[in-house]
Amino acid sequence: MSLLWIPLLTIVGTLVPVMTSRRGRKVCVATTLIAPLAALLLVLLHAPTVIGGEVVSMQLSWMPLLGLDLALRIDGLTLLFAVLILGIGSLILLYAGFYLSAEEDDGRFLSYMMLFMTAMLGIAMADNLILLWLFWELTSISSFLLIGFWGHRSDARRGARMALTVTGAGGLALLAGFLLIGQAAGSFALSEVLAAGDAIRASANYPLILLLVLFGAFTKSAQFPFHFWLPHAMAAPTPVSAFLHSATMVKAGVFLMARLNPALGDTALWAITLSLVGLATLLYAAWFALLERDLKGILAFSTVSHLGLITLLLGLGSPLAIVAAVFHILNHATFKAALFMSVGIIDHETGTRDIDRLGALWSMMPLTGTMTILAGAAMAGFPPFNGFLSKEMLFEQSLVNDVLGALSGLIPMLVVMGAILSVGYSLRLVWSLFFAAPKLTREQKAQPPMKVHDPARGMLAPGLFLAAMSLLVGLFPMTLAAPLVNAASLAVQGDTTPLFTLALWHGINLPLVMSLAAVAGGVLVLINHKRFAAIAALFPARDASLAFEAVMLRLIKATLWLTLRLENGSLQRYQALLILTALVMTGIGLSQLNALTGERGLQPLDGMLLLGAGLMIFGAIGSALSHRWRLVSLLMLSVVGLSVSLTFVRFSAPDLALTQLSVEVASMILMILALFFLPQRPPLLVSGRRIVRDLVLAASLGLIVAMLNYALLTRETLTIADYFLREALPGGGGTNVVNVILVDFRGFDTLGEITVLTLAGLATFKLLNRMRLFMPAGNLEGIRWSRHRYPLILAVVAQILLPLALLVSVYIFLRGHNQPGGGFIAGLITSVALILQYMARGHDWTRQRLPLSYAVVAVSGLAIATATGLGSWLFGYPFLTSAFGHFHIPLIGEIELASAMLFDVGVYLAVVGATLMILINLGRITTVHRPSLEER
Amino acid sequence: MEALFSLVVGVLTASGIYLLLRGRTFPVIIGLAMLGYAVNLFLFSTGGLNTHAAAVIGESLTPTDPLPQALVLTAIVIGFAMTAFVVILAIRARSELGSDHVDGQQGEEGDAR
Repeated sequence: MSLLWIPLLTIVGTLVPVMTSRRGRKVCVATTLIAPLAALLLVLLHAPTVIGGEVVSMQLSWMPLLGLDLALRIDGLTLLFAVLILGIGSLILLYAGFYLSAEEDDGRFLSYMMLFMTAMLGIAMADNLILLWLFWELTSISSFLLIGFWGHRSDARRGARMALTVTGAGGLALLAGFLLIGQAAGSFALSEVLAAGDAIRASANYPLILLLVLFGAFTKSAQFPFHFWLPHAMAAPTPVSAFLHSATMVKAGVFLMARLNPALGDTALWAITLSLVGLATLLYAAWFALLERDLKGILAFSTVSHLGLITLLLGLGSPLAIVAAVFHILNHATFKAALFMSVGIIDHETGTRDIDRLGALWSMMPLTGTMTILAGAAMAGFPPFNGFLSKEMLFEQSLVNDVLGALSGLIPMLVVMGAILSVGYSLRLVWSLFFAAPKLTREQKAQPPMKVHDPARGMLAPGLFLAAMSLLVGLFPMTLAAPLVNAASLAVQGDTTPLFTLALWHGINLPLVMSLAAVAGGVLVLINHKRFAAIAALFPARDASLAFEAVMLRLIKATLWLTLRLENGSLQRYQALLILTALVMTGIGLSQLNALTGERGLQPLDGMLLLGAGLMIFGAIGSALSHRWRLVSLLMLSVVGLSVSLTFVRFSAPDLALTQLSVEVASMILMILALFFLPQRPPLLVSGRRIVRDLVLAASLGLIVAMLNYALLTRETLTIADYFLREALPGGGGTNVVNVILVDFRGFDTLGEITVLTLAGLATFKLLNRMRLFMPAGNLEGIRWSRHRYPLILAVVAQILLPLALLVSVYIFLRGHNQPGGGFIAGLITSVALILQYMARGHDWTRQRLPLSYAVVAVSGLAIATATGLGSWLFGYPFLTSAFGHFHIPLIGEIELASAMLFDVGVYLAVVGATLMILINLGRITTVHRPSLEER
Repeated sequence: MEALFSLVVGVLTASGIYLLLRGRTFPVIIGLAMLGYAVNLFLFSTGGLNTHAAAVIGESLTPTDPLPQALVLTAIVIGFAMTAFVVILAIRARSELGSDHVDGQQGEEGDAR
């Protein structure tokens, strides 16, 4: 379990700086450092086991059905990365404390840094592909926050957006790749995926998997041609660059390739892609690093170039090449972090990052100079620094490769060219900053010369430490680096253990000659730098961000065009499109049936059925034809509605018939009320084309639906009815199976249902609030409404009917569990009975006698139903488990009570409350707004 | 009988769709209700068209499938809630926009935008 603590500590660590930033910079940085250092300690506790060749892992089930587990592991590769992330991360947090100016929000900054650290740690430790991907996305998001930390600057915003777009797109591709890997390997667990390498390589999807995964890795690691985002990410505060572009973010891509090497590697496709992309990146970026004037730009391009080098090594794929790749990951992180820190110091002290304006800083900043020279020498690959060792190994491996067949001999030549450029830009960086005189323009010369000095010791210490480490690792590689590198490369290669020695001196051999050539070439490059710059000036300057923005702009325009095509604001258009889609999809489905009529025999017709069908068809067509005469259309609709209710009676659905009948009454009242507020006779403005289109659409879909229904009715279908019929009495304690399903088997659905009903009621209440009304004072012929508002006969009848109706609804409710009836129907009957009172006597009269808030009724119904469900928790059963028993009540006798009954009470109240809320509120506004017609 | 039932469902659907495609709110509401009937009948029929077979234990030897009935029962009630909401929305829309056109403006109904 201690594994889980490692990312947990850093997650908790994200909150620390926010809480302590008020207490001053020192306290804030010191407290923030606690979490990563503790996590580092935990990682190091596992180091002896891991270096011994074992894998430490833990697993918690998260979403087992999706194959997603909270599974973490520490193997050699994880150990290497965790040490880099936490170690260099802590040093950078310390450095950031000095770097940020006093007024900047250090709490927020350090918190983002910790979030990013957590994400990286998660990638390194994840033992499940989906989990790994989640952390991968988290790095994209947190790096967006970090790169855009100075959100008031447009270049920071643009850089952050570009990084997010590029790496986010890669992330999506990666997810697709991971899903395919999971399919091929049969699991998302990393240990199983790594073991299933042969199955993955043999699967037909292998090229696609490789494409998707490498797209993710290349975008993250800024490999050519996706390198362009990285230089723009330099708009970030320097500690961010030092962290993201030395030890972490961009290393995530090479980490992924190394991690999946046992599963995906060792094929010609893998080797060729990685070597070529790596080589191209190595050379291309090194060339730009040589020409760049911005200090951080130089480092950015050199980072890209070194990542290309690592990719190349992974592509070469021989055991020793992988050792070299792992070793170079370690080395590059060390010297590049130090270099970023020194560039940050120089920027901080001098206020500029332009290499031409700076110069001769050695006498003023000796400590910063020492640090830059040490780390720069490591970057150039001079002995006795660590960069020399890994570069020497690269030379050696490039000589023995056979990746490109007969062309393989080109690789060592190109690698030497890359090395020459690398020596060139490293020398240029150090030379121009500390020894050459600054190239100033006339105005700049007129200004007083810069007075600068080394910064506080705390700001220097992290960089100096790392620079010293590059020297020490170079001097004592077997002691300091070999165990870690050995364990890591073991994890990358699967089971084979390569034998290797890391040493400065291998005797006079070809790699040494190549190194010497690189140094000599680099010096020549430095001397001739002006010529190179002149050649480069011949090409038009191309700003990647402009090209990127242009592509984005085109994309936005295209989507806008498409959106406007589809979404023109016309409901009629949307519905026509929707119906057309339904038509096509259903048509395709139907065309796949062999015959329309199925195997089940047909039932005979009789007169009643014909009469009913005739009524419904008459009503439906009449309603459509008369839609401009709104009252007629509505009456036609109610003919259909009542016939539907009769249909239910005929085909053994008494519950449905009762529900349909009472709903019909309520909705007719509602629509007649609505008619009052809507124009009575709409203008006749419609084109013939539109009518034909709609008729064709309607008729085709009607035909398709009829055919579908016929096909369904004439076939035997699978049913789960037996279960409900069998279990209703013993399990639910009721004989009316429909009601038992509603309140018991599928009680959760019903709970959702009455929630929607209540919400609809509340929403109408809100919609009717403060409404301007269009109310006609009379009918179409101009005759004013009757002055007698409440018909006497109706009032009398309604009053007599009320107790009877309520009695019926109680009866229907009580018998509902065993006979047709139940909460829904009883609720509707009660509502209709009450509405009759309102209609007969008006709102004010009824309100005085029945002072109920229907919103409260509806909500309390919901509450009762929910509480009944929750009640079963008290007895240790799942939500909405029902219980029932038989009780003996004196005088009345044996009755049966089920907890479902209480649930049904909730349903009843919710239905009554919601229905009345809707109707009464709508009806009431007619009363409120009609005082002028009132006869007093 | 099956053919007749399907025919009715088809006609109800066609009528509902035609009304749904009108440009004024009130026919749309009616169309929605009509389509609701059609859908309910369709869903109901998936349990089979059986006579004298109510799904009440002890009433019939071969009770019909109760599940579609339970689903349709809630569908009817929800349909009412939806109709009510749309009705009130239509009234409110007219009060806010001064028109009962579905697109919120007084245009030609057959305006081919």
